[in-house]
Amino acid sequence: MTPSPDVIIVGAGIVGAACAYELAQAGARVEVLESGIAGGGATAAGMGHLVVLDDNEPELALTKLSVSLWHELAKTLPAAAEFWRCGTLWIAADAVELAGAKAKLDMYTRHGLAAELLDERQLYEAEPQLRAGLAGGLLAANDAVVYAPVATRFLLEQAKARVTRTTVANLDELKSGAVVCATGSLTPALIPELPIRPRKGHLAITDRYPGFARHQLVELGYLQSAHGESGESVAFNVQPRPTGQLLIGSSRQYGVDTASIDAPILSRMLERAFGYMPGLRDCRVVRTWTGFRASTPDKLPLIGKWRGNIYLATGHEGLGVTTSLGTAKILAAEILGRPSPIPPAPYRVERFHD
Amino acid sequence: MIKIRCDGREISVREGTSVAAALLGEGNLELRRSATGAARGPLCGMGVCMECRVTIDGEAHRLACQTLCVAGMDVKTL
Repeated sequence: MTPSPDVIIVGAGIVGAACAYELAQAGARVEVLESGIAGGGATAAGMGHLVVLDDNEPELALTKLSVSLWHELAKTLPAAAEFWRCGTLWIAADAVELAGAKAKLDMYTRHGLAAELLDERQLYEAEPQLRAGLAGGLLAANDAVVYAPVATRFLLEQAKARVTRTTVANLDELKSGAVVCATGSLTPALIPELPIRPRKGHLAITDRYPGFARHQLVELGYLQSAHGESGESVAFNVQPRPTGQLLIGSSRQYGVDTASIDAPILSRMLERAFGYMPGLRDCRVVRTWTGFRASTPDKLPLIGKWRGNIYLATGHEGLGVTTSLGTAKILAAEILGRPSPIPPAPYRVERFHD
Repeated sequence: MIKIRCDGREISVREGTSVAAALLGEGNLELRRSATGAARGPLCGMGVCMECRVTIDGEAHRLACQTLCVAGMDVKTL
């Protein structure tokens, strides 16, 4: 008879896999329950951009910790995970955004993160396909990209976790020392009282155009799109894949539950990208798809105890791949009664209680 | 007959010949490489399989089977 696991993790996305890995490293026997394919939800739908974001202190602390953990993990990742330290180039369209880039540079420098301000000429030299007349940019050289479905499978293998294909209807029925809910945008079906809403996104990928783009390119207005509460928004966000293909994003929509392509918003998203990189118009898109982010009101994830033996590792919005590794450290510390690498309070569910 | 350039070499073809047919006539079956480096060439000949992509006059990923040769055209394979 198989011994019962110490921890059951519900959800085999990148967050669940990272938690399995971390807990297994600490000696726990882990079982993972997954209703679909491991790494087949938001993990596969997203870009796999590993990025330090600084909209608020807890976001900065978690993304900074996580990106450094990714660099450590990268030493053992298989080549198929396509980890690539291409850096993020934040694009300033005008003088106002360039001032924002300077503020960002100060923040990066204060926190000991590699960053470099580019003027108009340097920006063009770094990315010749960008349109003329942009003000400059900020290069965060330590950011990277990864093919997250492969990283997910790697983490599960390393954890020697048993992955069982099953749909969980009730977390209370799972018998284990600890149950971790890592179900992303599907969380409301299991815990309806949590403030998580699915937020739909579109992506497109082109054929191979090696050298067309060299960094992950994001407009500085991205945070407004990602963190704003508007019903619908798009932002310029292009990622060169190691094959030479180009991922084109991004869109955000609340209140939509169908996965089908929304032509008007896909069109808006692509027009936004063409506005920054006109040559994209002549690139052949080979596939478009959608996915659902698990969005919380303050755009920070839910990490830590829910009640009884049930723990949360969900609500990561568009940052789940980046913050999966930091999330796992914080959650494992709580489950095992060890010190957390960063203060865990900002991610705890209690912040939403009166 | 019209002349096109293929990988720097000039070849003569009948007007109305597709680029794929012109290349096949020269014995050129390998037109590109897959992402993992495997050889690829014309398969369906009707614009569906996408395997015959070549660079024509600087434009990447043109379908050789769906493009007719034009005098002076510059075709690059692989």
